[in-house]
Amino acid sequence: MSAILDIADLTVEFPTRREILVAVDRASLTVSPGEIHGLVGESGAGKSTIGAAIMALLERPGRITGGTIRLRNEIISGLDRVAMRRLRGCEISMIFQDPLTSLNPLFTIREQLTETIKAHLGVTDAEARERSLDLLARVGIPEPGTRLDQYPHQFSGGMRQRVVIALALCSEPGVIIADEPTTALDVSIQAQILDLIRELANERQVGVILITHDMGVIADTTDRVTVMHRGKVVETGATRLVLGKPSHPYTKSLIAAVPRPDAKLHRFPLVSHDGRATEFRIDDLARNWNRTRAEAGKPLFEIRGLAKRFLQRRSFIPSRRKYLVAVDSVSFDILQGEVFGIVGESGSGKSTVARMIAGLSRADGGTILYDGKPVTGSGSIAWYRRQIQMVFQDPYSSLNPLMRVDAIVAEPALHHGLLSGKALRRRVDELLEHVGLGAAAGLKYPHEFSGGQRQRISIARALATQPKFLICDEPTSALDVSIQAQILNILMDLRERLNLTMLFISHDLPVVRQMCDRVAVMRNGRMVEIQDAEALFAAPREEYTRSLLSLMPRLDWLAREGIEGQIEG
Amino acid sequence: MLNYIVRRVFQSVVVLLIVGLVAFSMFRFVGDPIDNMLGQERTQADIERLRTQLGLDQPFPVQYWRFLENAAQGNFGVSYRQGRPVAEIIGERAPATLELAAVSGLFAIALGIVLGVFTAIRRDGWASNLIMTGSLIGVSLPTFLIGILLIYLFSVELDLLPSFGRGEVVDVGGWSTGFLTVSGLKALVLPAVTLGLYQMTLIMRLVRAEMLEVLRQDYISFARARGLSERVVNFRHALKNTLVPVITVIGLQFGSIIAFAIITETVFQWPGVGLLFINAIQFVDIPVMAAYLMLISVMFVGINLVVDLLYVAIDPRLRGEGNTA
Repeated sequence: MSAILDIADLTVEFPTRREILVAVDRASLTVSPGEIHGLVGESGAGKSTIGAAIMALLERPGRITGGTIRLRNEIISGLDRVAMRRLRGCEISMIFQDPLTSLNPLFTIREQLTETIKAHLGVTDAEARERSLDLLARVGIPEPGTRLDQYPHQFSGGMRQRVVIALALCSEPGVIIADEPTTALDVSIQAQILDLIRELANERQVGVILITHDMGVIADTTDRVTVMHRGKVVETGATRLVLGKPSHPYTKSLIAAVPRPDAKLHRFPLVSHDGRATEFRIDDLARNWNRTRAEAGKPLFEIRGLAKRFLQRRSFIPSRRKYLVAVDSVSFDILQGEVFGIVGESGSGKSTVARMIAGLSRADGGTILYDGKPVTGSGSIAWYRRQIQMVFQDPYSSLNPLMRVDAIVAEPALHHGLLSGKALRRRVDELLEHVGLGAAAGLKYPHEFSGGQRQRISIARALATQPKFLICDEPTSALDVSIQAQILNILMDLRERLNLTMLFISHDLPVVRQMCDRVAVMRNGRMVEIQDAEALFAAPREEYTRSLLSLMPRLDWLAREGIEGQIEG
Repeated sequence: MLNYIVRRVFQSVVVLLIVGLVAFSMFRFVGDPIDNMLGQERTQADIERLRTQLGLDQPFPVQYWRFLENAAQGNFGVSYRQGRPVAEIIGERAPATLELAAVSGLFAIALGIVLGVFTAIRRDGWASNLIMTGSLIGVSLPTFLIGILLIYLFSVELDLLPSFGRGEVVDVGGWSTGFLTVSGLKALVLPAVTLGLYQMTLIMRLVRAEMLEVLRQDYISFARARGLSERVVNFRHALKNTLVPVITVIGLQFGSIIAFAIITETVFQWPGVGLLFINAIQFVDIPVMAAYLMLISVMFVGINLVVDLLYVAIDPRLRGEGNTA
């Protein structure tokens, strides 16, 4: 079968004032009709730039400086604007990452579909409407007749991504570029959308380029894969072969860093390919730590009947008010020294539970006992806040951009009046050394650091008060796999050497498996199941847990090079 | 929807009552109107008589209540200075101000949006840089100075346009309009530009900033990736999203056009309510001042009500509730 899209020696450069940044360096890949070709790599690898280059939608001042892109054997790189616009959405379509932002909120689905269909096919309104209905039905939107005249905000995230796919299909394209199409979606929705893309590729013989950083998606969905690193293609071939028997050291290190659902590792191997790994000096940290003796098996938290509801419709009359029950009478214990995981899809209430435990939002019912003392209710909880700290999901928005890093790290200790003056300075410097950034990092501002480094700053900040309890709300979901592995290793070190008790919130089951001793599964504000992690993954009791587990990517065939020595049990 | 409008109207009435109360309580500090109304040879008896006649001997809440009672019936009392009903005086003057405000508002909105969109699309072109630099002048010069400069240039030096007054007006059913005569239209140009220039530059800068923000959004990239033409992307997808926040500011600015008209009307001797208000302050003509302030706040509140409704008309996310699938 001949290739529908053929990229040869593509080079994309971004000239800046000081230097020329080579975003893509002589990359080659081909896509056949009906094939899903994965493009995988960490942030900055140039994978999205390839997508934009194909569409001729490179952001200024980026430009193609070498190589060719052929569509059905005709060169399309370097076409003029008008010719390119005829190809866009017609021969080549694109699906964006976030379905919540890729549809114009002020136009109905019908308006957006018909304008695209009419732009390419030159048909009448009635025909365009007919085709819109067909497309919506094809991408699996129920009642397309009534849905057609609705606005994007009336659709859920998964449904919106289906609409986006319908838009991409408007004029039977030969190639679809899907740039992280499921990253913003829940696992169950992700599986449905990937199935749909698979089906459409087969049925219409469309060549799909699937750009993602998620090895699980690559392993489950793609036929062939191209691994990119710093603008260069490091390895390309059939997915089974590349992921099962990788030949390039970078591919090997990338695969070794993927959390496995089928085996718990002692630590992630940091097979650093290019020296990106930064050390974490747990020994130094542990030496000065004020450790309290933990009695294993004794509960640190006893949580009973915890509830939270949010007002949805206000009204003067109480009976007409409408509430959304976010957390519905949840009870559990967190034992001293354990990592307690909560998993669930978005909207299941897991973050709300974490916020209530952190004292960031007030419970509407139930009690939280910490070390036998209540922390819900009216009394002051300053003593309690001193013992707990939190690491947030987004390393970009959780650090104040106008504060210097040393001030950020010092703030919790300063606020609680634990340290001041020289002692505080010393603590901050030590912490920055220990998390592997060096004391000099304190003089910089957050924007000078990468995502992984920022998460290290967050951890240093959390450790400044020498807490007993750490709440981690999706601490790695915004990070690349290799950085995720580093951060997870740090958290495992903290737990083992400093006796920290942790609450670990995540939607990522393989990560939870690596981190947690016991796991609670939440759904619609209720706890479905609480079990030891091993037992939960081996033999789930509840139907819902089973279905969640079944959505995990099957990665047992992935290369095990580098992780053999770390497997526990 | 109806529920929403009823609630907004109710809120508007509360706002008006508060404005009235504040305005009314301030009049007690402006001075005693009796001093101005009676000549040098007044007796204490004259003063007392007039005070009782005007109701000024009553306690403050009673005065306010009486004012509200009459105002609700369209009766704003009798001007102390001119001795004629205030409603009649304002009725004569209001068309001048409203026409001026409408023309300069339209000028500001139309030109502001067009230039804002232009400078956003051609972000780095020399023309947009020129416009952006020029707009700084519009923002930084005070209104009266612009007025004087324009008069000097177009009336004194070039002798193209009149420097004061409304020109000839035609009376259409009690509304004196300057739109129907050439001299009336010519007389409108300079005051309208003077009054609208600041608003125009403000709207332009706002539209530009919003548009640049909108052009960065995913749905704009996605619209381009679907092969829609630049024209459709810029003027259909981007412009409509740009207008949502811009409308709020336009509403607020339209109110201040009417309020700022005082300065422009003074510079151009425009026979509108602004000039009337200035004279009323000089004479402590309380009924006129009260009526003027109420009129201005009715307009402000009305415009903001319209803005809120426009908001709902443009943005479907604000309609109804709880309809996510």
